[in-house]
Amino acid sequence: MGRLEGKVAFVTGAARGQGRSHALRMAQEGADIIAIDIEDQISSVPYKMATPDDMAETVKQIEALDRRIVATKADVRDFAAVKGALDEGVAQLGKLDIVSANAGIFSFGTMEELTDEEWDQLVDVNLKGVWHTAKAAIPHLRANKGGSMILTSSSAGVKAVPNIGHYVAAKHGVIGLMKTLALELAPDFIRVNTVNPTSVNTDMIQNAAAYELFAPDLEPEARTKEVLGARFQTLNAIPLPWVEPVDISNAVLFLASDEARYITGQIFPIDLGQLLI
Amino acid sequence: MGRVEGKVAFITGAARGQGRSHAIRLAQEGADIIAVDLMEEIPGAPYAPATEAELAETVKAVEALDRRIVASKADVRDFDSIKKALDDGVAQLGRLDIVSANAGLSTQMAPAQELTEEIWQNMIATNLTGVWHTAKAAIPHLKAGGHGGSLILTSSEAGIKGFGNVAHYVSAKHGVVGLMRSLALELAPDFIRVNSIHPTQVDTDMIMNEGTYKLFAPDKEHPTVDDFRPASQSLNALPIPWVEAVDISNAVLFLASDESRYVTGVTLAVDAGAFLL
Repeated sequence: MGRLEGKVAFVTGAARGQGRSHALRMAQEGADIIAIDIEDQISSVPYKMATPDDMAETVKQIEALDRRIVATKADVRDFAAVKGALDEGVAQLGKLDIVSANAGIFSFGTMEELTDEEWDQLVDVNLKGVWHTAKAAIPHLRANKGGSMILTSSSAGVKAVPNIGHYVAAKHGVIGLMKTLALELAPDFIRVNTVNPTSVNTDMIQNAAAYELFAPDLEPEARTKEVLGARFQTLNAIPLPWVEPVDISNAVLFLASDEARYITGQIFPIDLGQLLI
Repeated sequence: MGRVEGKVAFITGAARGQGRSHAIRLAQEGADIIAVDLMEEIPGAPYAPATEAELAETVKAVEALDRRIVASKADVRDFDSIKKALDDGVAQLGRLDIVSANAGLSTQMAPAQELTEEIWQNMIATNLTGVWHTAKAAIPHLKAGGHGGSLILTSSEAGIKGFGNVAHYVSAKHGVVGLMRSLALELAPDFIRVNSIHPTQVDTDMIMNEGTYKLFAPDKEHPTVDDFRPASQSLNALPIPWVEAVDISNAVLFLASDESRYVTGVTLAVDAGAFLL
């Protein structure tokens, strides 16, 4: 008996990275999946974003686990698109129990240098997109008489890091959103928590732009994964550079499951002790 | 395959209540258990102490799951007795992976200026110094194993929030958070993780007694559980009066398992959203 047997989970940003990992981990424990992803580039994002092929791979892997998945291309900045995809998913899979508001982007610059475009695009995806996801899900969760929403914040939702002020602001905002949602939805047994990862080993950090952020003093060719790993590691108490997507997925799984039936309003770091330092 | 298969867990206060529940839940997922409990009268406690018969019941329940258990009488206030019990347990079971520092008490409830020296001293000795003793006895075994480990310290909602008439309890439980953070930093290089759990009211003998009812319903001369229920529920965001011991055990299990291998330094509240209010 899987730990999420018979449940349906909505995952945003599910084409690859953490989102795909969450979908797979929950499907391994018995959940059916409603997946969306932008599957497109956003102009200010300095790395290659997910594609329709990535989402096709997520679908293939879920179906290989003998679970159902309804996958749609949708941008979390567009409420109607999110609502349309989710409503259709619920129509096909019958209900909604779990929401993983995972879609997020990354770009870099000091507060002095960031452009309006960089600020607006990032805050729209990483904060407003989370609200859109929650807003679209709430009616379905109420109809289900309970559920669990897991919002992806970050260590940067609790602690500032220089050169990503828009990201820090958006991820702090997700915590405020989580606490408000947790209070508003508690009477209906809908729980709301955040996961707060340290650096995660995905395309969002393993790219030339992120490497430049962490190693501006080095020539581009000297910015190897090993050299950068040592820099990332200085953020963490446990001597490792980053965690793997499955580590976040395991926390999402716990919070999604009935084992956490009375846990709500929590900031849940998976961060190698980063917040201790 | 259990989620803590092949691991050995040390649990203090294991004769009944949350401690017994943790022992059973971890044993269900494959762990062997080293259990201790005081089983003596506690000065000023408004409830009966745990008994030898109750510890025997824990032993029976773990053995019924076909797991091994080494149970003994020991006092967390006395470092030597804890060290001896744990050393004996490790000698018999071969290793140590998990520590649940659960032993705790509740005593006289009164405004801070009315608490006696003895009541204060005994509270701090058990609920704070006892946790340090437990960690101190365990650290050499966890380091010697060379495969890391997980310490789970039982704090309380009163470890992150103040409450009237229990200044000694609130002080001890806040102290546990400081202890947890220092231990997490000191032990991170050895992959030994340390986290605290913060339950709201749990349905056990420690709170299901007239002393607690009186704290929550001070106007009644002989309050009952029916007076306690609504008052207790008013502290929680989710519309429930208290959680069950197994809800804490499920959180202990997650933090004990390798699914949380990179989670350290975290205060995890299992509190029905009480902290939000």
